[in-house]
Amino acid sequence: MFEFCASPDQLETLRWFSCYLTSGKHLTFYFSFIVVFVLLALAAPSALLFGLISATASRSHNIIIRSIGRTYIAMVRGVPDIAFFLFVPIALDQAFEYIRHKTKCPDITDPVRQGNDFVVCEVAKLPLSSAPQNMHEIYGFLLALLAYAIIFGAFAGNTLFGAMQAVPKGQLETAEAYGMSQRQVFRRILLPQMWVYALPGLSNLWMILIKATPLLFLLGVEDIVYWARELGGAKGSIFTYPHPDWRAWYFAGLLVFYLVFTGVSEWALGKLMTRVNYARTQTARKPKNPKPAGAAA
Amino acid sequence: MSCIETIQNYGLRAIGRGERILPQSDITLCEQFVLIGSGLLWNIYFAAIAVFLGFWFAVALALGKNSHNPFFRKPASAFILLFRGSPLFIQFFFAYEIFILLPKVGVEFSLAGITLSAELRWLSAAWLGALIVLFLNTSAYSGNIFYGALQSIPKGDLEAADAYGMSPQKKFRRVVWPTMLRLAWPSYTNEAIFLFHATALVFFSAFPSRQQSGDALYYANYFADKTFNPFVPYPIVAFYFIIFTLVIIVLFGRINRRLNRHLPKAQRARLKMPRQLMR
Repeated sequence: MFEFCASPDQLETLRWFSCYLTSGKHLTFYFSFIVVFVLLALAAPSALLFGLISATASRSHNIIIRSIGRTYIAMVRGVPDIAFFLFVPIALDQAFEYIRHKTKCPDITDPVRQGNDFVVCEVAKLPLSSAPQNMHEIYGFLLALLAYAIIFGAFAGNTLFGAMQAVPKGQLETAEAYGMSQRQVFRRILLPQMWVYALPGLSNLWMILIKATPLLFLLGVEDIVYWARELGGAKGSIFTYPHPDWRAWYFAGLLVFYLVFTGVSEWALGKLMTRVNYARTQTARKPKNPKPAGAAA
Repeated sequence: MSCIETIQNYGLRAIGRGERILPQSDITLCEQFVLIGSGLLWNIYFAAIAVFLGFWFAVALALGKNSHNPFFRKPASAFILLFRGSPLFIQFFFAYEIFILLPKVGVEFSLAGITLSAELRWLSAAWLGALIVLFLNTSAYSGNIFYGALQSIPKGDLEAADAYGMSPQKKFRRVVWPTMLRLAWPSYTNEAIFLFHATALVFFSAFPSRQQSGDALYYANYFADKTFNPFVPYPIVAFYFIIFTLVIIVLFGRINRRLNRHLPKAQRARLKMPRQLMR
């Protein structure tokens, strides 16, 4: 990156490190931190969406929809989440390919499972074997993202279901008495009221989600753990920047990164919590100290 | 090969007894059930020892964090923050790298005794190294739970103990300790379940499995790779884990009932499958 980096073995320590830490591989390593943030930015809302759907389904009057919702929510309790991380991507991959196989090559009647193989026709492969390398990487990332959304969606569904149950029944009944339809009650009363009760559980979930991001490594994505292992390993003299085994330092760096990240999150969520609680106590107090008419803005 | 033979060959495979070579082709359902079940021995071993030892360290941490003396409070709080604020997965990697480096550093001290260096080498094996990480991790989480319970002991109870003229030790034994346990127990049950589930991470993080002896998930992953069919081994893992989660709930529920036995029925806290995630 810098001009003096041309011959690193001549440099003194400080300059050596400034070259070493800006080498091409290290820039990829720093980029993989952005991957973590992208994953969180995409996984959190999609998990919330899955959670919202499943929590609503669990409250349905239709017994089939309700049992589907409740089974999904109950699924993650009792089984380690890492088992799901290993299972969901490969299961989804096979499911997608199977569906494509059925629709794109209807004339092939051979079973898909032959002994220890899973055989689909060439055009059903995902991504196509002719696709460029980065398509494969993006597909892998999307499968991982979907796995996060499904697993954390079930966790979120659990929290949101509890929060929906906690909204006072009287408020919902009042809305119905005003002649609102089920849909209106849901949108105008249940949804806005629920968040207050869901907030502690959801902030807990956010912390768990942050701490689950290194599991990307298990899903074959070249994430921060992958690069920390790769870069930290001992490098012999054939490398431009030879060094002994530094993996402990790299993982110490990751540890600090996560400590700061969870620390900042905790601080921000704490602020949010006090604000919400403040707003709630204010509204609760209102009937006791009615403000003079016209003073409220 | 009948299923009985499979059990004889592979029942203790995870701890290195029985047949060395894992089934390669024509994998039967029985083989999957037996091997994954044998892997579960590792999960139980890690969870049981880490929870048992972690309990005592967690109590010490909670008392430390609750102490007025900054000499105890600061380190205890920092320890809890460190282990609760970072992912267990990274902790495994970090600890493993440290454990690998330790014997090398030990060489420089040199001649401190052959036994010492041998013990240090054990640190990089899963049975000891991963156990230490799990122990420290669960201590931090449980310590925080116990600390919360210490904070919510009713002031009146403590004042009543003082009014009776109890010595600090007596007050701790008769009032603080039982109340803390009773208040913390539902969350602590949750933590025990989480730790049991977290043991599945061991052989997927830095710690290598020796001679292909791993935990339940390790074998499930092996079968999923071999048969390319994830829909059989993973549900088996789920089955085993749900059974043992229920066992934990029953065991801890017994203790919970004993801790709450002096209370009227309506006030007793009941234990269920965790409704709320505590981690």
